[in-house]
Amino acid sequence: MAFLRRRRFISVVGRKSGVPEGLWIKCPACKKAVYGTDVKDHQEVCPQCNYHHRVSVWQRIEWLLDPGSFTETHPNLISADPLGFTIKEVAYSYAQKVTEYQKRTGLKEAIITGFGAIEGERTAFSFMDFSFAGASMGSVVGEKFCRAADDAIRERVPLVSFATSGGARMQEGTLGLMQMAKTADAVRALNEAAIPYISVLTNPTTGGVYASFASLGDIVLAEPGAEIGFAGKRLIEGALKVSIPEGFQTSEYQFANGFVDAIVSRTEMRALLAKFLRYMKPQ
Amino acid sequence: MKRSSIELVDNARSTVDPWLPFEKRSVELETRLRMAATEDEREALQRELDAELKRAFSSLTPWQRVQVARHPLRPRMLDYTSRVLDDFIELHGDRAVGDDPALIGGLGRFEGRTVVVVGNQKGVSTDERLRRNFGMAHPEGYRKALRLFRLAERFGYPVITFVDTPAAHPGIEAEQRGQGPAIAENLRAMLALKTPVYSVVLAEGGSGGALGVALGDVVAMFEWSIYVICPPERCAEILWRDADRKELAASALRITAESLRSLGVIDEVLPEPPGGAHRDPDGAANTLRIHIRKFLEGCDTNQWSPRKRQEKFRAMGQWLEG
Repeated sequence: MAFLRRRRFISVVGRKSGVPEGLWIKCPACKKAVYGTDVKDHQEVCPQCNYHHRVSVWQRIEWLLDPGSFTETHPNLISADPLGFTIKEVAYSYAQKVTEYQKRTGLKEAIITGFGAIEGERTAFSFMDFSFAGASMGSVVGEKFCRAADDAIRERVPLVSFATSGGARMQEGTLGLMQMAKTADAVRALNEAAIPYISVLTNPTTGGVYASFASLGDIVLAEPGAEIGFAGKRLIEGALKVSIPEGFQTSEYQFANGFVDAIVSRTEMRALLAKFLRYMKPQ
Repeated sequence: MKRSSIELVDNARSTVDPWLPFEKRSVELETRLRMAATEDEREALQRELDAELKRAFSSLTPWQRVQVARHPLRPRMLDYTSRVLDDFIELHGDRAVGDDPALIGGLGRFEGRTVVVVGNQKGVSTDERLRRNFGMAHPEGYRKALRLFRLAERFGYPVITFVDTPAAHPGIEAEQRGQGPAIAENLRAMLALKTPVYSVVLAEGGSGGALGVALGDVVAMFEWSIYVICPPERCAEILWRDADRKELAASALRITAESLRSLGVIDEVLPEPPGGAHRDPDGAANTLRIHIRKFLEGCDTNQWSPRKRQEKFRAMGQWLEG
């Protein structure tokens, strides 16, 4: 039986997303053993402690939107490696990394845009996926977010964005930084056109994405327990030589500080978004 | 108060030797030049110095360029405002939390017209640098900047922003008060602003912290300044877990003024006096004055518009579409 006990729990810490079905797993938050299928049935939320596992964009789309309502837009944008970021001395090639991410994730970039519906309300969407380069924001993420906003304005439907990001895409240098300005301008255009923009912050939403379009929603929602902040914890610890208080830069912390309208569990997200989309329907 | 280049030198000398290895020879010649007894000697030394500065600064590696941008003697915002503006009245406070000495602003007069000035003052002496948090702003700095942008818009004053910061302050209180949202708000506001903006990167423009006051109709960089998504050391640390590979990162990131102009990130490069702005702050300020004058002439002829500014930033980025 010792053999069984040893193999009964499979830790999912470090997995990009997805919980294995039909197995017992150890929840990385509450450390309790939960049945994988139970987690899956709860949209990858721990039934014991409400921990939100990371999910892929396609999984999220399946759970959130009316079945079969999603059509992807601008699917063929890929990074152009604008700086030619290849460093022979350390055998590093950004272009090659991008190809690797594409193979590993089946995604072309860290963002998917499109149109879909929630309870019949047609909506423009932008979803980011952390498994692609830590959902860092480079030219493609910036451009696709802007296009999603422009599509929303053109069709006069709201824009709903699910953000996640480790920050700006370093390998695109200052051009990557400029995506913050570019996406902030897309929000400005939405505001001027009176098109509602709902920004949902998921784990983690940090750096340049947090300091641009993600925090500029007319309504800002967050999944429970997500890491949300501008400067990384390690950077702050290193710079200030202080220890970080518990619960720092979580959804709950940002809610308490007044930067989030509501913390919404993944399983309740669809119902709440449906209300916003109905109540705020553009005229 | 105007600081001369000699003062700049003395200030930094009081702490540590501020000179970079490739400047040593020039500094030696400069010292000899100051002590030169005869006109002939002076002329010969000056020629030698000019040649040496040209030589030393024409073959800098990307990492050495980072060092020049971070040169402790580099003129700071107030060194420029004291030279370029006829008057500058600093205004304080974000009207909510406090006043940020790292990101300052106020009303200025430039050749007889009123402008609003906003920017990072990094500080000169160690005391000032500490007091000003090395030019790293808190959310209240960005909110004070926003308040001043609105003031400028209300009365139709052009805005001039000076960018000189390694980053927005990474700290617990800064996060608590919304560093990310504060910067985001400034980006959106600057793009919508109905009055023209001229932004100039003086030394090191770092990440979102710089961007939060840098969305000008015209964005300029001094020749030896850099504008980065993150410091090369940190880039190396993140990509290869080795900050010592900063030199490789510095060259790959393309952070120099010319590179960024060719990428369309900035609009103009302000040439610096031989050997860098820290050798001749008056000369650097003169160049800046000429460019600001040109920008203000553009204001008079309606050369700038929010729409053009928005389109410029919207066009930034490169991708392939299959």
